[in-house]
Amino acid sequence: MELVRIQRENFSINAEVELVKAASRGIGGVVVFLGAARDFSKGETITGLDFEHYPGMAEARLNDIRERALKNFNIIEIGIVHRVGKIAIGEDIVLITAASAHRNDAFMACEWAITELKRTTPIWKRETTKGGDVWVSETP
Amino acid sequence: MITVRFFAMLKGLAKAESREYKIDAPITVAELKSMLKKDFPALSTILDGRSILISVNLEFADKNTIIKDGDEVGLLPPFSGG
Repeated sequence: MELVRIQRENFSINAEVELVKAASRGIGGVVVFLGAARDFSKGETITGLDFEHYPGMAEARLNDIRERALKNFNIIEIGIVHRVGKIAIGEDIVLITAASAHRNDAFMACEWAITELKRTTPIWKRETTKGGDVWVSETP
Repeated sequence: MITVRFFAMLKGLAKAESREYKIDAPITVAELKSMLKKDFPALSTILDGRSILISVNLEFADKNTIIKDGDEVGLLPPFSGG
Protein backbone atom coordinates (compact mmCIF):
# COMPACT_ATOMS: atom_id res chain seq x y z
CA MET A 1 0.00 0.00 0.00
CA GLU A 2 1.29 3.49 -0.91
CA LEU A 3 1.84 5.95 1.94
CA VAL A 4 0.19 8.76 -0.04
CA ARG A 5 -3.16 8.01 -1.68
CA ILE A 6 -6.40 9.48 -2.92
CA GLN A 7 -9.17 6.91 -2.96
CA ARG A 8 -12.94 6.55 -2.94
CA GLU A 9 -13.15 3.75 -0.39
CA ASN A 10 -12.80 4.14 3.36
CA PHE A 11 -9.46 3.52 5.08
CA SER A 12 -8.49 1.65 8.23
CA ILE A 13 -6.81 3.90 10.80
CA ASN A 14 -4.99 0.89 12.28
CA ALA A 15 -3.70 -0.24 8.90
CA GLU A 16 -2.41 3.27 8.10
CA VAL A 17 -0.66 3.55 11.48
CA GLU A 18 0.96 0.13 10.97
CA LEU A 19 2.06 1.23 7.49
CA VAL A 20 4.09 4.18 8.84
CA LYS A 21 5.33 2.16 11.83
CA ALA A 22 6.77 -0.42 9.40
CA ALA A 23 9.29 2.23 8.27
CA SER A 24 11.53 1.81 11.34
CA ARG A 25 11.81 0.20 14.74
CA GLY A 26 13.14 3.54 15.94
CA ILE A 27 9.65 5.06 15.86
CA GLY A 28 8.54 6.03 19.37
CA GLY A 29 5.35 7.93 18.59
CA VAL A 30 2.73 8.31 15.86
CA VAL A 31 0.50 11.41 15.75
CA VAL A 32 -2.73 10.96 13.80
CA PHE A 33 -5.03 13.64 12.42
CA LEU A 34 -8.41 12.28 11.33
CA GLY A 35 -10.82 14.55 9.47
CA ALA A 36 -14.46 13.40 9.60
CA ALA A 37 -17.70 14.58 7.99
CA ARG A 38 -19.67 16.72 10.46
CA ASP A 39 -23.36 17.54 10.14
CA PHE A 40 -23.23 21.33 10.19
CA SER A 41 -21.49 24.18 8.40
CA LYS A 42 -22.00 27.92 8.96
CA GLY A 43 -25.23 27.30 10.88
CA GLU A 44 -26.67 25.02 8.17
CA THR A 45 -27.48 21.34 8.54
CA ILE A 46 -25.35 19.20 6.23
CA THR A 47 -26.68 15.81 5.14
CA GLY A 48 -23.77 14.63 2.99
CA LEU A 49 -20.50 15.57 1.29
CA ASP A 50 -19.05 14.99 -2.16
CA PHE A 51 -15.35 15.56 -2.86
CA GLU A 52 -13.81 16.18 -6.27
CA HIS A 53 -10.08 16.29 -7.03
CA TYR A 54 -7.79 17.08 -9.93
CA PRO A 55 -6.42 13.61 -10.76
CA GLY A 56 -2.65 13.63 -11.12
CA MET A 57 -2.15 17.09 -9.66
CA ALA A 58 -3.75 16.37 -6.28
CA GLU A 59 -1.61 13.23 -5.82
CA ALA A 60 1.50 15.19 -6.84
CA ARG A 61 0.76 17.91 -4.27
CA LEU A 62 0.27 15.33 -1.50
CA ASN A 63 3.55 13.59 -2.40
CA ASP A 64 5.25 16.99 -2.33
CA ILE A 65 3.84 17.63 1.18
CA ARG A 66 5.23 14.27 2.34
CA GLU A 67 8.66 15.00 0.89
CA ARG A 68 8.81 18.48 2.44
CA ALA A 69 7.64 17.14 5.81
CA LEU A 70 10.41 14.50 5.76
CA LYS A 71 12.96 17.20 4.89
CA ASN A 72 11.84 19.94 7.28
CA PHE A 73 10.81 18.01 10.40
CA ASN A 74 12.68 15.44 12.46
CA ILE A 75 10.25 12.65 11.58
CA ILE A 76 10.83 9.12 10.30
CA GLU A 77 7.77 8.66 8.07
CA ILE A 78 4.46 10.32 7.23
CA GLY A 79 1.39 9.03 5.42
CA ILE A 80 -1.49 10.98 3.85
CA VAL A 81 -4.78 9.45 2.67
CA HIS A 82 -7.71 11.54 1.36
CA ARG A 83 -11.04 10.18 0.19
CA VAL A 84 -13.06 11.54 -2.74
CA GLY A 85 -16.59 10.96 -3.98
CA LYS A 86 -19.67 10.84 -1.81
CA ILE A 87 -19.06 10.71 1.95
CA ALA A 88 -21.84 10.29 4.50
CA ILE A 89 -22.02 12.28 7.75
CA GLY A 90 -19.84 10.64 10.40
CA GLU A 91 -17.58 8.95 7.85
CA ASP A 92 -13.84 9.62 7.68
CA ILE A 93 -12.40 11.97 5.03
CA VAL A 94 -8.68 12.40 5.56
CA LEU A 95 -5.92 10.83 7.64
CA ILE A 96 -2.41 12.11 8.35
CA THR A 97 -0.06 9.77 10.24
CA ALA A 98 3.26 11.28 11.32
CA ALA A 99 5.86 9.05 13.00
CA SER A 100 9.00 10.07 14.84
CA ALA A 101 11.36 8.96 17.58
CA HIS A 102 9.96 11.58 19.98
CA ARG A 103 6.40 12.91 20.04
CA ASN A 104 6.97 16.62 19.58
CA ASP A 105 8.38 16.30 16.05
CA ALA A 106 5.40 14.17 15.00
CA PHE A 107 2.88 16.66 16.47
CA MET A 108 4.49 19.54 14.59
CA ALA A 109 4.75 17.68 11.27
CA CYS A 110 1.17 16.43 11.46
CA GLU A 111 -0.25 19.90 12.14
CA TRP A 112 1.83 21.41 9.34
CA ALA A 113 0.84 18.68 6.85
CA ILE A 114 -2.94 19.06 7.27
CA THR A 115 -2.68 22.85 7.04
CA GLU A 116 -0.55 22.55 3.89
CA LEU A 117 -2.97 19.99 2.42
CA LYS A 118 -5.88 22.41 2.85
CA ARG A 119 -3.83 25.26 1.36
CA THR A 120 -2.24 23.61 -1.68
CA THR A 121 -4.11 20.48 -2.77
CA PRO A 122 -6.70 20.73 -5.56
CA ILE A 123 -9.56 19.01 -3.76
CA TRP A 124 -13.04 20.53 -3.53
CA LYS A 125 -15.95 19.80 -1.19
CA ARG A 126 -19.62 20.01 -2.07
CA GLU A 127 -22.07 20.03 0.82
CA THR A 128 -25.62 18.77 0.55
CA THR A 129 -28.00 21.03 2.48
CA LYS A 130 -31.78 21.36 2.66
CA GLY A 131 -31.55 24.10 0.04
CA GLY A 132 -29.50 21.98 -2.39
CA ASP A 133 -25.84 21.21 -3.11
CA VAL A 134 -23.27 23.94 -2.47
CA TRP A 135 -19.57 24.01 -3.38
CA VAL A 136 -17.46 25.19 -0.46
CA SER A 137 -15.25 27.99 -1.67
CA GLU A 138 -13.01 28.61 1.29
CA THR A 139 -10.70 26.67 3.53
CA PRO A 140 -11.47 27.16 7.23
CA MET B 1 -4.54 22.00 -29.32
CA ILE B 2 -4.60 22.93 -25.64
CA THR B 3 -7.13 21.64 -23.13
CA VAL B 4 -8.61 23.84 -20.42
CA ARG B 5 -10.22 21.93 -17.53
CA PHE B 6 -12.82 23.42 -15.20
CA PHE B 7 -13.26 22.17 -11.64
CA ALA B 8 -15.92 22.29 -8.92
CA MET B 9 -18.17 25.37 -9.14
CA LEU B 10 -16.44 26.54 -12.32
CA LYS B 11 -17.89 23.55 -14.20
CA GLY B 12 -21.36 24.77 -13.32
CA LEU B 13 -20.62 28.36 -14.32
CA ALA B 14 -18.97 27.35 -17.60
CA LYS B 15 -21.57 24.63 -18.22
CA ALA B 16 -18.66 22.49 -19.40
CA GLU B 17 -15.97 20.22 -17.95
CA SER B 18 -13.32 21.28 -20.42
CA ARG B 19 -12.68 23.27 -23.57
CA GLU B 20 -10.08 22.79 -26.29
CA TYR B 21 -8.38 25.63 -28.14
CA LYS B 22 -6.25 25.43 -31.25
CA ILE B 23 -3.31 27.79 -30.86
CA ASP B 24 -0.93 28.74 -33.66
CA ALA B 25 1.83 29.89 -31.31
CA PRO B 26 2.50 29.73 -27.56
CA ILE B 27 0.36 32.07 -25.46
CA THR B 28 0.55 33.32 -21.88
CA VAL B 29 -1.90 32.49 -19.10
CA ALA B 30 -3.05 36.13 -19.22
CA GLU B 31 -3.84 35.76 -22.95
CA LEU B 32 -5.76 32.54 -22.31
CA LYS B 33 -7.80 34.28 -19.59
CA SER B 34 -8.88 36.92 -22.13
CA MET B 35 -10.00 34.18 -24.54
CA LEU B 36 -11.93 32.42 -21.78
CA LYS B 37 -13.67 35.63 -20.65
CA LYS B 38 -14.94 36.13 -24.20
CA ASP B 39 -16.16 32.54 -24.58
CA PHE B 40 -17.50 32.12 -21.04
CA PRO B 41 -19.01 35.45 -19.89
CA ALA B 42 -20.19 33.73 -16.68
CA LEU B 43 -16.52 33.25 -15.70
CA SER B 44 -15.51 36.85 -16.44
CA THR B 45 -15.79 38.31 -12.92
CA ILE B 46 -14.19 35.32 -11.26
CA LEU B 47 -11.28 35.29 -13.75
CA ASP B 48 -10.60 38.97 -12.96
CA GLY B 49 -10.45 38.23 -9.23
CA ARG B 50 -7.59 36.69 -7.30
CA SER B 51 -9.32 33.60 -5.97
CA ILE B 52 -8.77 31.35 -9.00
CA LEU B 53 -5.41 29.60 -9.35
CA ILE B 54 -4.17 28.33 -12.69
CA SER B 55 -2.16 25.19 -13.37
CA VAL B 56 -0.26 24.27 -16.51
CA ASN B 57 0.58 20.57 -16.90
CA LEU B 58 -0.34 19.96 -13.23
CA GLU B 59 2.02 22.67 -11.86
CA PHE B 60 0.91 26.00 -10.40
CA ALA B 61 1.31 28.80 -12.94
CA ASP B 62 1.13 32.61 -12.97
CA LYS B 63 -0.09 35.14 -15.52
CA ASN B 64 3.21 35.05 -17.41
CA THR B 65 3.48 31.26 -17.69
CA ILE B 66 3.72 30.16 -21.33
CA ILE B 67 1.18 27.65 -22.66
CA LYS B 68 2.30 25.55 -25.61
CA ASP B 69 0.52 23.21 -28.00
CA GLY B 70 -0.47 19.99 -26.17
CA ASP B 71 -0.52 21.59 -22.72
CA GLU B 72 -3.29 21.04 -20.17
CA VAL B 73 -4.50 24.06 -18.21
CA GLY B 74 -6.52 23.76 -15.00
CA LEU B 75 -8.80 26.49 -13.63
CA LEU B 76 -8.76 25.89 -9.89
CA PRO B 77 -11.28 27.55 -7.55
CA PRO B 78 -10.32 27.89 -3.85
CA PHE B 79 -9.52 24.48 -2.39
CA SER B 80 -11.71 22.95 0.29
CA GLY B 81 -10.18 19.55 0.97
CA GLY B 82 -9.26 18.15 4.35
